[in-house]
Amino acid sequence: MMSVSEIKSIKELYGLDLIAPGHRACAGCGALVGVRQILLASKRPLIVVNATSCLEVTSTPYPQTMWKVPWVHLLFENAAAAASGIEAALKVLSRKYGRQEHYIIAFGGDGGTFDIGIQALSGALERGHRFLYVCYDNEAYMNTGIQRSGATPLGAATTTSPVGARIVGKQQQKKDLMEIVVAHKIPYAATASPSHWKDLVNKVRKAQSYDGPSFIHLIATCTRGWYFDPSESIKVARLAVETRYWPLYEVENGRYRITNPVPNPKPLEEFLKVQRRLSHLLLPENADLLEKLKAYVNERWERLNKLSTCFA
Amino acid sequence: MAEVEKIILPGGIIDRPGSTLDYKTGTWRVKKPVVDLNKCTGCLLCWIYCPEPAIRKRDDGKIEFDYDYCKGCGICSVECPTKAIKMEEE
Repeated sequence: MMSVSEIKSIKELYGLDLIAPGHRACAGCGALVGVRQILLASKRPLIVVNATSCLEVTSTPYPQTMWKVPWVHLLFENAAAAASGIEAALKVLSRKYGRQEHYIIAFGGDGGTFDIGIQALSGALERGHRFLYVCYDNEAYMNTGIQRSGATPLGAATTTSPVGARIVGKQQQKKDLMEIVVAHKIPYAATASPSHWKDLVNKVRKAQSYDGPSFIHLIATCTRGWYFDPSESIKVARLAVETRYWPLYEVENGRYRITNPVPNPKPLEEFLKVQRRLSHLLLPENADLLEKLKAYVNERWERLNKLSTCFA
Repeated sequence: MAEVEKIILPGGIIDRPGSTLDYKTGTWRVKKPVVDLNKCTGCLLCWIYCPEPAIRKRDDGKIEFDYDYCKGCGICSVECPTKAIKMEEE
């Protein structure tokens, strides 16, 4: 591992933008904030691979593009495979023409990562290509009209898991993607939130310092699919962290570490009540669902806490 | 025919980086952010949380908005630690 210089101040990042305004993301899009911060921190020269997603659709309304870096979009399922191919091609070019120093970031949404692209992701992680995969997780297929995905949390209302007389939102728990990724024994995997920008940008730097695959799981608040005021996008992301709904941790060569310990968590209800997709969990008739979600959040935190103390 | 071929790119290649600049998303805005420069400390937190980016640093270190692209989401006004940014009707 190379030495990683820590980013301490926003001023170090100013002027390093790799995206242009004028993209068509919704006002207050949490994904764009996170992606922008990742690109600010990223080492250069950079090549971006994009799975089909909100990000892909809003960033490149043909014939325009917001990207100021080489960017490739193929399909929903093969962002990781395309990134592998680019990395392999650069290796060949390096052999032929001398060292080609490039960094590769692949972006996928939760649908493109949890569900559709997990096979390609697993393959790329197993083969050990040097690239960073970022899953920006808005917890449903927002681009196609808010359908449930493997990332949708228990009880969340989507258009395919509505709240009604027969079911109350999604009936299954969220898939634990981080554990699937960590099981590949890759050098670096982490969760992040755009509300904690310093934590995020330094995780990007750390991820790119490894000569192998790395993974960042980013929470991407969605004003359209979660139903909150656009101005509260970052506030909601912060609440997710402060209620322990979105634990910020990293797994470096198998060693767990919670990067943002939340000693006095806010009650989960504070995160739920600001979004209409989840606020029905606070109704008395849905108390059992709320308990299940709380138990899931608590158990995951306890497990992470134990894992990080045993590696401390 | 040959001339047309020169103009039309083969499918799906965009050769102008950052060309969304051609499209002014400022027209989407309902409320516009206005900064009180007496309160602005130039911490740039609004800038790091701006999804566009539509915020610039001025020469004196304080911030200004790019109203051509600001969609008026209001994240900056919520996140500003000194409450220097207010959302005003257009």
